[in-house]
Amino acid sequence: MSAVRNRAGDAVVHLTIDGTAVEATPGELLIDAAERAGVFLPRFCYHPRLDPVGMCRMCLVEVSGPRGFTLQPACMLSVAEGLEVRTASDKARKAQQGVLEFLLINHPLDCPVCDKGGECPLQDQAFSHGPGESRFTEEKRHWAKPIEIGPRVLLDRERCIQCGRCTRFAAEVAGEAMIDLAFRSDGIEVAPFPGKPFDSYFSGNTIQICPVGALTSPAYRFKSRPWDLEQVETTCTTCAVGCRVVAQSSAGRLVRYLGVDSDPVNQSWLCDKGRYGFEAVHSAHRLTTPTVEKGEVHQPVTWHEALDAAAAALRDARERGGPDAVGILGGARLSNEDAYAWAKLAKSVLGTDSVDAQLDDGLPAAAVLGLPHATIDQAAAASVVVTLTGDLREELPVLFLRLRRAALDGVRIVECSTAATALTPYAAHRLAYLPGEIARLAGALVGATRAHPTGVDDEALAAARTLMHSLDGGGEGLVVVVGRPSLAESGETVAEAAHAIWRAYPNARFLPALRRANVHGALDMGLAPGLLPGRVTLEAGRDALSAAWGELPAKPGRDGRAILQATVDNEISTLILLGCDPLGDCPDRELARAAIEQARFVIFVGTHHTGASALSQVVLPVAGDGERGGTTTNCEGRVSRLAAKVLPPGIAWPAWTVAGELAKRFGASLGFEGVDQISSEIARLAPAYRGVDTALLGHPEHRDGVVVPLAAVPVDIGGRRPRPIDPIATPGILSVEDQGSPLELGAAQPAGAAGDVAPGWPPATAVPLVTFSPPDGAAPADEPAAGAYRLVVRRTLYERGTLVAESPSLAQLVPEPAVFVHPAALKELRVAPGSTVTVRSARDSLQLPIALDDSLPAGVALLVANLVPSEGRGASALVDASRPATDVWLEKV
Amino acid sequence: MLTSAPRIVTSRLDHEDSYTLERYLATGGYKALHKALRMKPEAVAAEVNRANLLGRGGAGFPAGRKWSMLRAAETTYLVVNGDESEPATFKDHLLIERDPHQIIEGAAIAAYAVGARLAFIFCRGEFALGLERLTAACNEAYEHGALGGRIFGSTFSLDIVVHPGAGAYICGEETALLESLEGKRGFPRIKPPNFPAAIGLYGEPTVVNNVETISALPWIIQNGGDAFAALGAGTSTGTRLFALSGRVARPGWYELEMSKTTFRDLIFDPALGGGIADGGELKAFIPGGVSAPWLGPDSLEIGLDQEAVGRAGSMLGSGSVVVLDQTSCAVRAAWRITRFFWRESCGQCTPCREGGHWLEKILRRIEEGDGRFSDLDLLMDVCDNLAPGVSWPPEQTTICVLGSSIPSSVASALRMFREEFATHIRTEECPFAGAPHEMAGGR
Repeated sequence: MSAVRNRAGDAVVHLTIDGTAVEATPGELLIDAAERAGVFLPRFCYHPRLDPVGMCRMCLVEVSGPRGFTLQPACMLSVAEGLEVRTASDKARKAQQGVLEFLLINHPLDCPVCDKGGECPLQDQAFSHGPGESRFTEEKRHWAKPIEIGPRVLLDRERCIQCGRCTRFAAEVAGEAMIDLAFRSDGIEVAPFPGKPFDSYFSGNTIQICPVGALTSPAYRFKSRPWDLEQVETTCTTCAVGCRVVAQSSAGRLVRYLGVDSDPVNQSWLCDKGRYGFEAVHSAHRLTTPTVEKGEVHQPVTWHEALDAAAAALRDARERGGPDAVGILGGARLSNEDAYAWAKLAKSVLGTDSVDAQLDDGLPAAAVLGLPHATIDQAAAASVVVTLTGDLREELPVLFLRLRRAALDGVRIVECSTAATALTPYAAHRLAYLPGEIARLAGALVGATRAHPTGVDDEALAAARTLMHSLDGGGEGLVVVVGRPSLAESGETVAEAAHAIWRAYPNARFLPALRRANVHGALDMGLAPGLLPGRVTLEAGRDALSAAWGELPAKPGRDGRAILQATVDNEISTLILLGCDPLGDCPDRELARAAIEQARFVIFVGTHHTGASALSQVVLPVAGDGERGGTTTNCEGRVSRLAAKVLPPGIAWPAWTVAGELAKRFGASLGFEGVDQISSEIARLAPAYRGVDTALLGHPEHRDGVVVPLAAVPVDIGGRRPRPIDPIATPGILSVEDQGSPLELGAAQPAGAAGDVAPGWPPATAVPLVTFSPPDGAAPADEPAAGAYRLVVRRTLYERGTLVAESPSLAQLVPEPAVFVHPAALKELRVAPGSTVTVRSARDSLQLPIALDDSLPAGVALLVANLVPSEGRGASALVDASRPATDVWLEKV
Repeated sequence: MLTSAPRIVTSRLDHEDSYTLERYLATGGYKALHKALRMKPEAVAAEVNRANLLGRGGAGFPAGRKWSMLRAAETTYLVVNGDESEPATFKDHLLIERDPHQIIEGAAIAAYAVGARLAFIFCRGEFALGLERLTAACNEAYEHGALGGRIFGSTFSLDIVVHPGAGAYICGEETALLESLEGKRGFPRIKPPNFPAAIGLYGEPTVVNNVETISALPWIIQNGGDAFAALGAGTSTGTRLFALSGRVARPGWYELEMSKTTFRDLIFDPALGGGIADGGELKAFIPGGVSAPWLGPDSLEIGLDQEAVGRAGSMLGSGSVVVLDQTSCAVRAAWRITRFFWRESCGQCTPCREGGHWLEKILRRIEEGDGRFSDLDLLMDVCDNLAPGVSWPPEQTTICVLGSSIPSSVASALRMFREEFATHIRTEECPFAGAPHEMAGGR
């Protein structure tokens, strides 16, 4: 069939809907074509992000066909040339009303006590497309309710209308069919498998898309009503995917997060950690007032007194040891504006370049910023994706969803990982390697080296190489996802691996997969040694920036690990911790512990009491998620807006204010009095962020954020406009009366603002952005010592960090620590699974139950990071971060 | 009248050991397969086309045409539908238990014609004896060389898998059957696009034929399509196996020449139904399974002919004829049938899932004396929401025809016996209570 084309040359089909001529794209579903033409068809089972199934029958319309007009579900019918559709004929209306009446006969109509009441697609469509009253006078179906089908999901079977959205989400999107429809007829119910709770990292999405109140969360159940809610659209800052969300509050407290359908990012999904992590905002362990250590105890003091104490300590440190005696760690959870303010304070006021948002738990900053970036969409549309990461489902869950879908759609994934990950079943090839060998593996993969990496299967490597050869010479269509596969394997070796691929495939693009929410933004803002805001080096950017910032440090300072080491060595006397807890965050616990103990003075700037705050001399409380505006930058380099919905507790301040007030105590001014002013300064002075100001991000077209640096074309959103919020697909957003900012903010911009931005940009300067070249001679890992196991330290989603520990919905989900080995090791050790063994490294030893993971190569022991409170000894106690890899010995207890 | 037509699918059934290979071979078994394998597959299909063998599962679609609609593909599957589960339908049950080799031979002939190398016989799980005999027959057939590699020394190979159903009526619907075969929940697939001939088992083109359809193939190959087409009249050729039940003197199975035999013959001929039980009067009959609209005594002269029954506003369907006499309660009959459909709804589509039970509740209420006069219009309107227009053939608001089958009996009962409903409601009891059989009324 030859396609008809419209004037723009796109293939189109013509149909009539209720007598009006409509153009549609071939293959488009009738329900979507009608909606674009302004004819809304009622629906329940249909969800734009799920495969249509045509089950609920709510969208029945009359459609012309060989047998005259027949009733067809619009969600299952692709448009066809000449199709005639009647959506509002007597027959279509009667069918729709009939279905709605059927749906309600067993529905309890307990709207007054139902969480969904007021934001319910069933309620709304009963009004808009229902018969008005029911003729059903029989006894309704009764069931015990609610029942807990998983730890975060309650099911009210009486309210369920059996649309299968939840079961289809679980199977299609999450890839975990942990729930399904059980039984039949009107006894059909959503059920987990016997004895296996619905405990998915993505379970909350089923609640979000439920078109009735059948699925509810213990976290939100009975907490609020739609008319009591206020909301803002913001960005989730749980991990670096940066999912778009609405944060909803009631009576000044955050009560619910819902995923927004941001096409390039989360496509409406969230992980449960992102969905429920906001609970930590209202934790009893929030820092509410500045404290200063007096004697053995911390005493609440005024901001004035605390800042004076902090400034005095910093001044003292500078006087004794020069500016280099001050080290600043952390900041990866700050907003860009906060990070910029602290970078400015550090580099232009305090004069230290020993600043690092990473605590040796990521990758060298130059690699993160200096490799050509890929977007998630580019990864999802690549021909080949190579992963040099840990388990993405554990670290960046929604990125995992996107890559899983991409793999199902034909993207070939080469996974380089020591242990199998959630992505392994979708990978074309998995290359299991011995920790420390990743650079060698990458070299072998691209054919740069003959040396065979230890532990890698020959056949798998050959097959993966064949796939790589299918790429064109430059590697167009190759995306490398590069993160930190193991905390016991140095970031330098991973960066070297990425670089080896780049050398072989100069057109390859890289998607950094670091986990901390705004680590990419913090590095972009200059919270890293040798870097200035906007992805430029200290040398390259010095001249351009010093006009605005004043004098800058003479030479690059120390990175996270070196700062800790220098503190141990008494070269740094005073540490500022920007929301980090080195005891928990640094992969090398012994180094962190020694540094904190050795430091003369520690200033903690953060949101919660932690092990580190307890060891600090001054504690300064700042605003956290949901309490601050500004912007954040995700793993793609996508800058999107953060919005405040609730007030910080007590007298906590925004973090940038703290930097500004400290600057004043050094006779300096950072030069801004509000977040928007900082945004403007970033847009003016940070080369990679040039033009990215409040006006640009506030425009409705940029609700999904913009990827920096803005290309020659001001903002390329690929002809794609952000999706309007669909009240049936994601109930609970449009039903809130107070839509808040920035939804409003966008609308308030003068028309055409996006186009007007370009001329206003400052002229491009000649400051080159940083590019990555690894330092020479990063020592490769030695062969493992005799009888030793090579250590892998993996991350898990529910690790015992502040966010999880302080969120009641998540706190109980932290797994118990164990050491995982290949089954062969059990035989060697002559122990049974579950029995306790001693795991000993050169640093320390732990006693842990032993467990099996047959995806591990023999000779590897795997531990999960951060499963114990930071005061306790976990996996990081074993790691020596100064070595490319760590060996451990296992002994029977 | 009883015609001289041969018994085509039940020829062996008078023998006690009809299910054994020994008896099968002694009565000409597997000769047709030998013959078919010497023919070209297209010639086999042409023979079936000439026979104009209408599908015996209920829809009555010509088997040869069904085969010709297969999408060309590397892999094609044959599925034999033996999931006979409807009340009053017991013809396939008979053939499975009493002549399994005939099914296997027919399946091999069909598979050869359509190029399938793997066939599945989906057999109702409750047919314990049938499954045992079918499985044993398969083993015998392998042993005999009628199944497996290079059948009878030809280049044709076929494996047959006997798959017991798990107790759902809906799996007799061909696309639900395929889902179930694939190990999934028996939800019917949406057509279009999932016509089995295009997107069938595991996405491959698939022929799904009823047990009786398949059983007729050996005779057609042996005797020629023309011989089959010479029986019956018009499009209704050959013989059909009828399952007669209800209030007749001689309920049972009867293989009769189509078209030339009438419902009067079937119900009243002394050699067949033998008249109404206990010398009663005919009130109504269901001509083709419980999803078919009912007919009254004035329709007795209609032949057992697919088109003729269609013209009368019903269908020959699965060939199950149920007889109601003057002591049978129409409300109760409609309720019992509706209860069956409600319980067997897969639950996928809203109208069937919810509407079936609603109708059942109203009908039960009326039968138990708690009816209201407003229920009569309500029943019809709920039926209308399941099958708009409540006409024949029904329009659908659901994915498969189970939903639109529910109104048949409800609307028939209401249209033919409205006064009987009124009596139930007015007297607050079933007027047939106390009659000594299942079809009488009462609580």
